[in-house]
Amino acid sequence: MSNPMEFLLWTKGPMFDWALAIFAVGLLARIVEIFMLGRKHNYAAPKGGEWGPGFRTMITRTVADTGTFARAPFDVVLGIVWHVGFLIVLLLFIPHIELINSVLGLGWPGLPNPVVDAISAVTVVALIAVLVHRITHPVKKHISTVEDYLMWIVTFLPLVTGYLAYHRLINPYPLALGLHIFSVEIFLIVLPFTKLTHIFTAFIARWYNGATFGRKGVES
Amino acid sequence: MSRLASIPVSVEPIEVSPRAWGNSLPILHEVRHGLKRLAESGERTLIDLNAMPFGPGDEKRLFELLGRGEVEATIDALGPTRVWETAVPGVWLIDHCNLEGQRLALHIEIATIPDLLRTQRQDVQDAISKLDARIEARAGDSDPTT
Amino acid sequence: MAADKTLGESLREHGVSRRGFLKFCAATASMMALPPSMVPAIAAALEKAKRPSVIWLSFQECTGCTESLTRSHSPTVEDLIFDHISLDYHHTLQAAAGDAAEHAREQAMKENFGEYLVVVDGSLPGPGSNPGYSTIAGRSNLQILEETLEGAAAVVAVGTCAAFGGLPKADPNPTGAVAVQDIVKDKPLINVSGCPPVPMVITGVLTHYLTFGQLPELDQYRRPLAFFGQSIHDRCYRRPFYDKGLFAETFDDEGAQKGWCLYRLGCKGPMAYNACATMRWNAGTSWPIEAGHPCIGCSEPDFWDAGGFYNALSVPTGNTTGALLGAGLTGAILGGAATALAKKKSKTEETKREPVKIDELEQKL
Repeated sequence: MSNPMEFLLWTKGPMFDWALAIFAVGLLARIVEIFMLGRKHNYAAPKGGEWGPGFRTMITRTVADTGTFARAPFDVVLGIVWHVGFLIVLLLFIPHIELINSVLGLGWPGLPNPVVDAISAVTVVALIAVLVHRITHPVKKHISTVEDYLMWIVTFLPLVTGYLAYHRLINPYPLALGLHIFSVEIFLIVLPFTKLTHIFTAFIARWYNGATFGRKGVES
Repeated sequence: MSRLASIPVSVEPIEVSPRAWGNSLPILHEVRHGLKRLAESGERTLIDLNAMPFGPGDEKRLFELLGRGEVEATIDALGPTRVWETAVPGVWLIDHCNLEGQRLALHIEIATIPDLLRTQRQDVQDAISKLDARIEARAGDSDPTT
Repeated sequence: MAADKTLGESLREHGVSRRGFLKFCAATASMMALPPSMVPAIAAALEKAKRPSVIWLSFQECTGCTESLTRSHSPTVEDLIFDHISLDYHHTLQAAAGDAAEHAREQAMKENFGEYLVVVDGSLPGPGSNPGYSTIAGRSNLQILEETLEGAAAVVAVGTCAAFGGLPKADPNPTGAVAVQDIVKDKPLINVSGCPPVPMVITGVLTHYLTFGQLPELDQYRRPLAFFGQSIHDRCYRRPFYDKGLFAETFDDEGAQKGWCLYRLGCKGPMAYNACATMRWNAGTSWPIEAGHPCIGCSEPDFWDAGGFYNALSVPTGNTTGALLGAGLTGAILGGAATALAKKKSKTEETKREPVKIDELEQKL
């Protein structure tokens, strides 16, 4: 990779295929394992349905319950801010929509670029605040592991390199774009082997919770 | 080029009005700064319009906005160069063209008079010998007064 | 061959007045993207400039660069420059042919040793490949280049092929083509990339050399910053549409007719650095984006392999859907196999498990 253009073409070419492949192998293996291992059969008579409450809970758990909010308002608010911001930047920015369209064949309308730019700036600031809180809060600092900090870095890099590339703060542009794509590839590669699987397993877990309560006839 | 083949070509005839691009506005501000400099210190400013990312119609809008003044001149050197004062005093447009009439360069000069219109100093020094040569050539012809 | 007349004297002999000379300098300054306040300095320098000898070597090229240059708009300016450089060797433009042409080149090199400019267009087969892929008068490109470099004052690599390898170097590079800068190691070199380069850029570089006797300021790809310092994206008149998120979806749709941004149609403007957006083509008539076609990034290395002219810049170049599906299937199979094995293991453990007897427990306690 003796020049920025070669680096960019490498990240857009073979490296992207490798990252996607590792991501798909790891994630599919994990998810198939989860579903195939399943749960022990419950011999008690069901008092309610499973699927309806299951799917409902996948969505309702997005809102924190009042007790959690009272105990950890910072985590709840900033957590929502940066997660929502991250999703908007990832899914509603036109160049990203073109990328997803080329891989999955799905497309949808996007937001104007300056809006996405503003949201990404807010997300970056929120992520930094979250890290500062983790370092300064005594309990969080005590229970944080190396993996937690690694997850933060791996999530922060795509956002900040994307911002730098969009604003052309790194010259030449092929280098800036290449760094951004490479940081995303790192994210994809580590995803199936770390806590990042929560992106998918959180919803599976919510379904199971809702289903269990629903079967018992209890509100979840 | 399978990707090209997969891009549908749809011809949708619509009424398109020429969009106001607005790239001429920054240049007008530069002209304003130049005029302030001219008023305060007599310093001239040259703006090269070659490097401006004009869209279609931008140049026309710029010319329309600047308008036409009282003075117009044509310099015949390596093709025509048209010089005219705009409706804004002190703002001159210099349009260099080659012998085929194709544009070489387009400048805005903010000055009391564009440099190119002045007689060049070296030419003044050659002027006396040029005049002498012309007088001599005339004297060589038949002299009707004597 | 190069005469000892200065450029100023040459122009005066051609009947160019002082105003004409100033006009020429103004046009030149404009072309070289120098501020018009520098015109007096340029006039003074060009007055004293000597005519350099120029040797133009054409290797694996399509002659598009020469065509672009000779098609450049202001015949007066180009005529003046070409009349006042001594173009001592050029396959397309020279009258001589065969041995006579080669001898003319050798003589020019001898007479101007250490002072002639070498202009190269086209890439050449590298030291590791079969020299027979491109030869002139029976000698390989590499041989001719190395021999011509010996007495050169500077090298100008014109066109993306000469600057970066261009089309011959594109996948799978059957001739082992390399860029000129891969061969030239100890002479000042400037790349004027583009497929073809904007003609005024070629002339601008030559004029800069004439005026100042040295090559202009270069970027990290050794291209003149004056022309390659800005990306197309940053100078494009359609940029406001990109910023607002208004894109043409297909050719000739409503967005395309209104002149919206061409990003989704594959425009490589963000990664392309060239002067097209400001200088435009054909005497400033228009340029690809204004004509409605996305920029292909032709002044950048490896632009032929950069993922397709009609795929957006953010689209990966490989077969990602295939990779995703294939890897997903592999993952599912692996996961399924691992789970089945684990389940089998726990089942056999259960059958093999022996219940604890009360006596054993009492013994332990």
